[in-house]
Amino acid sequence: MNSIWTIARKELSDSLRNRWLIAIALVFATLAVGIAWFGAAASGQVGYASTPATIASLASLGIFLIPLIALLLAYDAIVGEEEGGTLLLLMTYPLSRAQLLFGKFLGHGLTLALATLIGFGVAGVAIALLVEDVAVGALAVAMLRFIISTTLLGWSFISLAYVVSVRVGEKPVAAGLALAIWFFFVLIFDLLLLGTLVASQGEFNPDLLPWLLLLNPTDIYRLLNIVAFSDGGQLSGVLSLGADLPIGPTGLWLALVLWFVIPLIGAWALFRRRRI
Amino acid sequence: MSCFRLENVSYRYDKALVLNGIDLRLEPGEVLGLFGHNGAGKTTSIKLILGLMAPSQGKVSVLDGEAGDPKISQSIGYLPENVMFYPQLTGREILAHFARLKGANLRQVPELLGQVGLDDAMDTRVKTYSKGMRQRLGLAQALLGKPRLLMLDEPTVGLDPVATADLYRLLRTLRNEGTGIVLCSHVLPGVEPYIDRAAILTDGSLKAVGDLTSLRRQANMPITLSLEPETSVAALEAVVNNAQASAGLMMRRDNGRLHVDVRSTEKMALVKTLLASDEVRDLNIYQPTLEDVYVHFIGSGGLAHRGGAQ
Repeated sequence: MNSIWTIARKELSDSLRNRWLIAIALVFATLAVGIAWFGAAASGQVGYASTPATIASLASLGIFLIPLIALLLAYDAIVGEEEGGTLLLLMTYPLSRAQLLFGKFLGHGLTLALATLIGFGVAGVAIALLVEDVAVGALAVAMLRFIISTTLLGWSFISLAYVVSVRVGEKPVAAGLALAIWFFFVLIFDLLLLGTLVASQGEFNPDLLPWLLLLNPTDIYRLLNIVAFSDGGQLSGVLSLGADLPIGPTGLWLALVLWFVIPLIGAWALFRRRRI
Repeated sequence: MSCFRLENVSYRYDKALVLNGIDLRLEPGEVLGLFGHNGAGKTTSIKLILGLMAPSQGKVSVLDGEAGDPKISQSIGYLPENVMFYPQLTGREILAHFARLKGANLRQVPELLGQVGLDDAMDTRVKTYSKGMRQRLGLAQALLGKPRLLMLDEPTVGLDPVATADLYRLLRTLRNEGTGIVLCSHVLPGVEPYIDRAAILTDGSLKAVGDLTSLRRQANMPITLSLEPETSVAALEAVVNNAQASAGLMMRRDNGRLHVDVRSTEKMALVKTLLASDEVRDLNIYQPTLEDVYVHFIGSGGLAHRGGAQ
């Protein structure tokens, strides 16, 4: 455990040193405050609209931003150590590959969790203090749910970045593949799903279809943050399939947890086989 | 207890036989020089001892345990060739990081940095370090936690002559305290006085192992006598030719001196003859150096092996 914490501690202090943590927190805080006050500007209205609308807007933006930040934070975790010439040395220490990988995950995961907590936490406090007649209790619950789900979404993409990082031999390749992962889950997946729906002309098993949403952590994340406020009325596009999912919020939370646990274990299994 | 023991160790990678039936051991308080050309199997041997990979055949035991066991790794210090560190951290931060990983006392950090001459630079970022400074930090890193087995790959690269002498002095102290040391070096003449035994690897096989005296004997290489004539080189040549043991001796003239290659068994007879003669003003005896012995064992074609000893 000590070795895991030593590795995590270095990653965390690196994030503080290179201002990653503070930069991410600032971006989150600015976005959250901006969306809270100007989110409804398109409809000619300036000022706080409502907590559900704010969270839904933040979640829509979050699915673009969080995966990208997580992938950027973690894509060079192992391949970067190898290119930097430190992986070989680390592996001669009393440190197993699992400890190195989980230590990295703890460090990167804490960085993202702290940035999310500080960034959106500050925004939540600002809303609570500055907006009159906002239901603080409901806002706190919604913000907490949003912060936790955002962190879990980030962790799932950190794990996916590790799968790439343990597999490839060069940093630019890892960066390219990390971008491909982002592109696939954030942009392509839903289009593929819609395409499948249309192409199948209703032939596709309707019981199976909603489950396909669980194959994309960003969809689970959106469902968690949007469905919580409504009976599905606000859901659009492929997300409307989510209304037919028989698993409920607990199932969605579990699915999001599995989305960081399974790729992390996969990354470890691949890392074990890597030649150093 | 041996520091390490390789018993009939072979290693295959993608059908290529990288190591072939190696038997080698290192005892505590001994310095072993490991020499070989690029691809000779030196790095593979070190990686096997460090437990970074398992042999395809044979047995590797380290400090009476299994290579790669965390408890064993705690007692091994390793300096890789071209050691690299996190450029954004200071020397002190890096050494503290590695000390924590090794479970070593953090008080050792400033002590070791002082020992390798980095007192003034310990709070400077490593990206500003010269190659020599990085090498010294690497050495401090290898010495964390008082290792019982120390493996140094090209430890003198980037070090000036004074720092090199300091390093060897330090290694001698550690050796006398019972640490087993493996030294891989390009610079054979520099390393010669500090090793107890040398192991010469070529193409994955161990060509020779032993102390320098026994390697010279195994190589059966001639000793060179360098003679300064009293009157002329020709007169000196006549003396050598008349000596009883002169049959087949190789002679060559160089800068007014005569060089004679003689087998060790015939050396004393020839020296006695020469000393009895008035034609010798001065006489120097040159034993084959470690480099000579190395070249003898790896054979010619050093360039074909991509550049001499590594």
